[in-house]
Amino acid sequence: MGSFKLGGMTFGSLFKKPETVLYPFETKPAPAGLKGHVENEVSQCILCGICQKSCPADAIVVEKKERTWSIDPFRCVQCGTCVRLCPKKCLTMEPSYTPIATTKTCRVLQVPDPKAGVTES
Amino acid sequence: MSKATIIPFGPQHPVLPEPLHLDLVVQDETVVDCIPQIGFVHRGLEKLVETRDYNQFIYIAERICGICAMGHSLGYAETVESLMGVEVPKRAEYLRVIWHELSRVHSHLLWLGLAADAFGFESMFMHCWRLRERVLDLFEKTTGGRVILSVVKVGGVVRDIDATQMAEIVSVLDGLKDEYTQIMNTLLTDTSVKNRTVGVGYLSAEDATALSMVGPFARASNLAYDVRSFGRGAYGDLSEFAPITDTAGDCFARVKVRCLEVLQSIEIIKELAAKMPAGDIAVDVKGAPADGAQASNVLEQPRGECYYYARGNGSKNLERMRMRTPTSQNLAGMTVALKGCDLADVNMIILTIDPCISCTER
Ligand code: SF4
Ligand code: SF4
Repeated sequence: MGSFKLGGMTFGSLFKKPETVLYPFETKPAPAGLKGHVENEVSQCILCGICQKSCPADAIVVEKKERTWSIDPFRCVQCGTCVRLCPKKCLTMEPSYTPIATTKTCRVLQVPDPKAGVTES
Repeated sequence: MSKATIIPFGPQHPVLPEPLHLDLVVQDETVVDCIPQIGFVHRGLEKLVETRDYNQFIYIAERICGICAMGHSLGYAETVESLMGVEVPKRAEYLRVIWHELSRVHSHLLWLGLAADAFGFESMFMHCWRLRERVLDLFEKTTGGRVILSVVKVGGVVRDIDATQMAEIVSVLDGLKDEYTQIMNTLLTDTSVKNRTVGVGYLSAEDATALSMVGPFARASNLAYDVRSFGRGAYGDLSEFAPITDTAGDCFARVKVRCLEVLQSIEIIKELAAKMPAGDIAVDVKGAPADGAQASNVLEQPRGECYYYARGNGSKNLERMRMRTPTSQNLAGMTVALKGCDLADVNMIILTIDPCISCTER
C-alpha cells in the first residue's frame, strides 16, 4: 500500500524541524527585495508625475499645485513600475506589507518646496 | 436499461476548486453524455487592453491565472515583442525560461497534491504542497512575489538572478528532486491509485488529434506535441528536449506524464543555470505597435499550449488582444473522455485534465 511506502518520509517528519512557523506568534523573515509597499522619499520628489502616468492600477495621484504625492495602498498591485521609472529614484519598494485596515485610505505625503525652504532659512 | 437522468456537477464541487458546471447524462451508474457549461468567473480581461497601454497590460495578463501567472506575462510580452520587432537579450530569455519552468514545477506539484487529495491520499497532499512551498520561496527570493511575480516586461525582465541565488535555486531543486522522486514512485506504484486510474477516462490518439488536445492531456494520448520542442528562446539552447508521452491515454497515463514533467523541468532549469550567459537583462522599448500590425505566439503553459494574438492600432493601447488557453481546448476532449465512465470516476477524470477555468474564461 502506498501510504506505507510514504510512511518513511512521514515518520521522518516527526523528528524534523517543522516546515511551518507558529503564525501569528512567529513570522518568517522577509527576504531582501520582497515587494511589500511603495515608499517615497519626498524631499527628492520633483512631482513630475511619471509614476502616476505609469501606474497600471491608478494608485498614485500627484497634485502639483498642492504639492502632494498620494498613494492608495489598497489599489497598488506592487508591480514596481513606478519605482523603476522614477527619474529621481526617490521611490523604493519596502518589504513590509500594508497593514490591514477597516477603511481604505490614501496615504498623502506633503512634498516640501525646495525654493520655499531656501527663502525660509 | 433505465431512463436517462441528468445530474448536475459543480460549479461548486468538493474536488474541484474551479467553477465548472457539467450536466451529466447518466443511465444507471454510467455517464452517457456530458454538457459542460462555463461562464461563472468571466472578468473581461481581454477588453481591458483598450484602457491600459501595452506596458501596463502585462500586469493584467499576469492575473488571468494565479498558477500560470508567469506564463501569461511571458506569452503576452513575447507577442508584443514580435509585434514591435524587439529582440530580447539572451540572458533575459534564460531567466524567463527558468522562472517559467519553476512555475511548471509548482503548478504540477499543486495539481499532484489535489489529485492525491481526491484519491483520499491525505499525507501525499501534504508532502506535495510542502515541496511546492520551496518553489514559492524561491520565487519570493528571486522576484519579490510568491504567486504574481511581475518580473517580465516588454523587452526583457526587471530583475536579475545573481550567481549566489542561482546556486541556491539549483541546490533547492536538488533537495526537492530527491524527496519528489520518493513521492512520485509511491504514487505510480500504488495499487489503490492504479485501481482508480488505469483504464479510466480513455482518450484515443485519433480523438486527441481530431479535437486538437494540448498539453499533458494530449501527450498522455501519445500525441508528441509540446511547444517547447520548437526550440524558441532559451529552449533552443537545451542539449536535448523530447516531449514526455505515454501511449495508454487513460487517467494513469496523465498522472504519469505530469509526474515526469516535473523532473524534466528541474533538468531544464539546471542546464540553463549552468549555461547562463552574461549580459543585459532588458532592452529599452520605445514607440508603439504600428497600425494594423499583427502578431501571434504560442507558449507551453503547465496545462498545455496557449495561443496569443495581438493587433496594434498605432497608439500605445493595443487594438485587440486574444488568448486561447489550454483548458478551453481540453474541455472538448474531457467530454469525450467522460463518456461511458462510471459516475464515481467523473471527478478523477476531470482532475487529471487539470482544468483551469479562470484561464479559460479570462
Ligand atoms: S516619478 Fe518620482 S519624482 Fe516623479 S512624481 Fe513620482 S515620485 Fe516624484
Ligand atoms: S507599484 Fe505598481 S501599482 Fe503600485 S503604485 Fe507603483 S506602479 Fe502603481
